[in-house]
Amino acid sequence: MKFTKVTSANLHNNANVTRVMREVLFALIPGIVLYVYFFGWSIMINISLATLTALCAETIMLMLRKRPIVPFLSDYSAILTAVLLALALPTLAPWWLIVIATLFAIVIAKHLYGGLGYNPFNPAMVGYVVVMISFPQYMTQWLLPDQNLSLMQTIALHFQQASYIGLPVDSITSATPIDSIKTGLSLDKTIADIRSAPIFGEIGGLGWEWIGGGFLVGGLWLIFRKLIGWQIPVSMLGSIIVIAGLFNLFDPAHYADPLIHIFSGGTLLAAFFIATDPVTASTTPKGRIIYAAGIGLFTYIIRNWGGYPDGIAFAVLLMNMAVPTIDYYTQPRVFGATGK
Amino acid sequence: MTMPYKLWSFHGGLHLPGHKDISTQQPSGAVFIPRRLVLPLQQHIGEPAEPAVKIGERVLGGQIIAYANGYVSVPLHAPTSGTISDISEQKAPHPSNLKTRCIILETDGKDEWCELEPISNYQKLDPSALRNRIRDAGIVGLGGAGFPSFIKLNPGSRTVVDQLVINAAECEPYISCDDQLMREQPGEILQGIQIMQHALQARLCIIGIEDNKPEAYKALQQAISELNIDTIQLIRIPTIYPTGGEKQLIKVLTGKESPSNGLPLDIGVVCHNVATAASIYAAINLGKPLVSRLVTLTGDGIKNPRNHQVLIGTPIDEWIKHNGGYEPGVNQLIMGGPMMGFNLETDQVPIIKTSNCILALCEPETHPPAVPCIRCGACMDVCPANLLPQQLYWQAFASDFDKIQDYNLFDCIECGCCSYVCPSQIPLVQYYRFAKTEIWAMERDKRKSDQARQRHEFRLERLEKEKQERAERMRKKKAALNANKSASSKDDSKKQAIEAALARVRDKKKQANTEIRNTDNLTADQQKKIDEIEFRRQQNSENPKT
Repeated sequence: MKFTKVTSANLHNNANVTRVMREVLFALIPGIVLYVYFFGWSIMINISLATLTALCAETIMLMLRKRPIVPFLSDYSAILTAVLLALALPTLAPWWLIVIATLFAIVIAKHLYGGLGYNPFNPAMVGYVVVMISFPQYMTQWLLPDQNLSLMQTIALHFQQASYIGLPVDSITSATPIDSIKTGLSLDKTIADIRSAPIFGEIGGLGWEWIGGGFLVGGLWLIFRKLIGWQIPVSMLGSIIVIAGLFNLFDPAHYADPLIHIFSGGTLLAAFFIATDPVTASTTPKGRIIYAAGIGLFTYIIRNWGGYPDGIAFAVLLMNMAVPTIDYYTQPRVFGATGK
Repeated sequence: MTMPYKLWSFHGGLHLPGHKDISTQQPSGAVFIPRRLVLPLQQHIGEPAEPAVKIGERVLGGQIIAYANGYVSVPLHAPTSGTISDISEQKAPHPSNLKTRCIILETDGKDEWCELEPISNYQKLDPSALRNRIRDAGIVGLGGAGFPSFIKLNPGSRTVVDQLVINAAECEPYISCDDQLMREQPGEILQGIQIMQHALQARLCIIGIEDNKPEAYKALQQAISELNIDTIQLIRIPTIYPTGGEKQLIKVLTGKESPSNGLPLDIGVVCHNVATAASIYAAINLGKPLVSRLVTLTGDGIKNPRNHQVLIGTPIDEWIKHNGGYEPGVNQLIMGGPMMGFNLETDQVPIIKTSNCILALCEPETHPPAVPCIRCGACMDVCPANLLPQQLYWQAFASDFDKIQDYNLFDCIECGCCSYVCPSQIPLVQYYRFAKTEIWAMERDKRKSDQARQRHEFRLERLEKEKQERAERMRKKKAALNANKSASSKDDSKKQAIEAALARVRDKKKQANTEIRNTDNLTADQQKKIDEIEFRRQQNSENPKT
């Protein structure tokens, strides 16, 4: 009798990449729901636009690269990149900005480097940085919370038909809390003065603190489900808290307290969903701690002394570059290893 | 008696579904004698055995049919009586699926045995003599690797063995032959262990048994108290795959890690399998060589799963037919367990000394295709050797065989934990085996080319030396000639002195000749007589014999 050729191990726990990606997407839901609650449908438009662009770009690239389309398209990785990018980009980003960022993320950062598993740089962050450098003026247009815009008004905003809304765009947008701290400090205001502005909430940006909390909950669920390790979020948030805490302790008038840094901007989203991208992050336990601590450090430096409103994307890309070196020098001690 | 025993742990590992009960529901039963036995000459690590029988020869059970060939080798015995019908290349169970030299024995069903020589009191035997007996009985590690056991019972002259660890973990799913053996023959196992302790001069022994085998544990415990043994400790350990890995088990029981490129002996520990202990008991106390073993026949593709005492060389197809055959839909046949066992493409291969399990499965034909590695590190989290399987994969995929050794490829025990959890369904272990074989091949080639280069360099050196020697000889000869020439011209005075001396001698002689002799003034008569005498003398000398 003849039998099928198989290789050991013959058993498998049925884990697969599709399921991993899908669960990560599910974990984003609390944060997205709160986003919609505070800022309206805007974010859903961004997400849809980015997802659509990503799927089209992914299909075309797979065709050009002569790869099987259905299995790769259904692994949710392109969708995840698109959703993360949409969450990172400004709420009121014009439609073409979203499309350009997504195309760059999928075509250049992902597929030209070899596709899923081979890209050294986080695709979503590459897309973000490209539009940040190319179109800085659009990167500061964030919707103010609680504007109660209708879906049609929101769509019109995204397609730059402001006249349709019947109110000046300036009245509903503002800079992010992190950005306004930087601007305020440059105008010789103290942190306490800046924080009295209506865009700030109890511990972070108004609304943003809740959205961040949503991402925190989703992220903790991912850790509980063992889909991500604890090292990256803990180390990234920890390094921000330590550095921001030290500066805040030393000069509270000019350095915001750690909670503002954690609960404003995309800090929690980045800590649990972006820096943890396994493909581009360090892969060793010790390496992940170093990698994420580096992201925290660079984020703080760029936020405080850099020229851009937020520094997470740059920090992630900078640390992506360091990953091969980090990985090489942080190999765990092998069973039975002697010396060293 | 039961003191709390401190257990240790190793990194990673898996909780796997056991599937062990399905094959332990009936006793192991009487041995089955098939019509013919196919006995590969190599069933162990080391040199293949050398046939000791001729085609057509009748052999008895227990008779040596192939001699050990070299140190790392063991002999092979006839499992039952019959006639040698052939010695030829046959398919043997091996991952390569290649043919290997086998002795074919047509059994006669009489099961006649040659006279066995049991040793009644092994304690009086010298450990080395004991080892020789174990070697002569053809015993190899029955846990799966098949390393000749007598070598692992030789601690060498310098090393002290603190502990003998007996592997009763049997951590792979489905396999239950050790479990059943412990339930049925605990006394034999314990006595075998005592023989091992004597051979190793190891006072203490720890048996490590996973806590999913309560019956076996109870049986051994009872036998220990019945035999009143106080040098063997029976320890229950958590069921985590791969606790049955030699180094992992030693870590769990002793807290010691065998050095990554060394042996457990380096840390004063020797590890043997329970089934090996039982076979050593049979070899010494009964004089019976290793000709059969307990094998698990299991899986959802088998009608009648069980453990069965099987003669070495029994063709698997015949054995399975004897036990009720396959279930419909069976499509996979594995020798060993589902994690580390290897796939058999045909069932027309024999059971060998290292076959612990035959697993037949009905699996869906379509396997999800492997997708790229996303470096999630799930493999790293379960690796019992604490390696970085994702990095090893990356280097193996890129065929970077230098870099892959920086990531300690050769510490991989191929347990398959990484493949089991990989969400990208990558057959990781295959990549590591590939890289290992490539590196071994490269090293072989390098050794060969090194040898060739050394030979070439040596030849060049020799030629050069010869040339130099020749030149040296020539130079010396010339120098000698020159020296002679100059010596002759320099020593003229000496020559003159010699000439003068010679001349003086000549003068003296002349003077002597001129001295008066008695023949000087002869009379004519006298002269005549002398002349006659001279004439006769001359004649005589001319015709001497006349």
